[in-house]
Amino acid sequence: MPRRKGAPEVNAGSMADIAFLLLIFFLVTTTIETDAGLDRMLPPIEPPETDVVIKQKNIFTVSINKSGQLLVEEELMNLDDLRNAAIAFLDNGGAAAGSPEYCNYCQGKRDASSSDNPQKAIISLKNDRETAYKTYITVQNELVGAYNDLRNREARRLYNRDFTEMESEYLNPETPSSVRDELKEKVKRIQELFPQKLSEAETSKI
Amino acid sequence: MSKFAKKKDGDLPAVSTASLPDIVFMLLFFFMTVTTMKDSSLLVENVLPNADQIKKLEKKDRVIYIYAGKPTQEYTKTFGEEPKIQLNDKFANVSEVGTYVLAERATKPQELQNVLTTALKVDKNASMGIVMDIKQELRKVNALKVNYTTYEGNAFNNIQ
Repeated sequence: MPRRKGAPEVNAGSMADIAFLLLIFFLVTTTIETDAGLDRMLPPIEPPETDVVIKQKNIFTVSINKSGQLLVEEELMNLDDLRNAAIAFLDNGGAAAGSPEYCNYCQGKRDASSSDNPQKAIISLKNDRETAYKTYITVQNELVGAYNDLRNREARRLYNRDFTEMESEYLNPETPSSVRDELKEKVKRIQELFPQKLSEAETSKI
Repeated sequence: MSKFAKKKDGDLPAVSTASLPDIVFMLLFFFMTVTTMKDSSLLVENVLPNADQIKKLEKKDRVIYIYAGKPTQEYTKTFGEEPKIQLNDKFANVSEVGTYVLAERATKPQELQNVLTTALKVDKNASMGIVMDIKQELRKVNALKVNYTTYEGNAFNNIQ
């Protein structure tokens, strides 16, 4: 009786076909998407235990009505001018020189009737229920843009690079942790110079 | 007889296809790794607005998605034209948002439960009313970190 020589070879000729089949399946189902958007923190629902008194001059009110018009500090404003108005308000540094609230890095007009310093300055955003979502996002984008512009300015002065770039490198999980620790300090410091105080009031009838 | 005998002309050597499976497998693995399966089909119109001051949502496992917008054409007959909320793959009322977020949060690993972000994918033509309702519900369940998901682009394109 003839003895078999080892196991017979499996014909792998159809391997390519099988692999192609799988490949085509994954090609069709693939959606390469990275979501991106505006990060925001909502205010907690429990009211703070002690009422904080905020001076009117430290609040920058932005209201959007249902047709998408802006009312900034009781005046009508175009969306194009919003960012500069917000920058002027945040960067004002109105506290007198020598007082503990004095802002030594502000480059604004130092108008005593506007915000004392960036730590105190609050932007209050109100909108109508009928406001279009796209208008709201545009306004949010401009306000975040105002903060980012100021933070970039300070980051360039202190560390010679843009804040937004530093922050995205810091948040990227692929950045090595040694670099990230170093960036964390810098990002924190810049965030403290211009803290994002953007309050979203509850529904109001404007 | 010369050592370098001329080959018979006319027959091209066959290209070896033995490495074809390897190449295909390589591609296959690439697509397998980058694939994310869509877990819900959209029942609402979902054209996001543009913004340019955006941050990327890096870690997918830390995100809870909420969709909102006008129902798509095939559903307008039953659900009307008003913006609706979509959770997973069905329409939902505002009051269900809270329980949905809590349920989603419970499925995540313990260490991630405090760092979850809620991504709001709202159609750009929706009105703020529905967004405010969602925000209020999120505040009630203490899911305070939100991300208004947008496309990257000039924000002023939104209002033209």
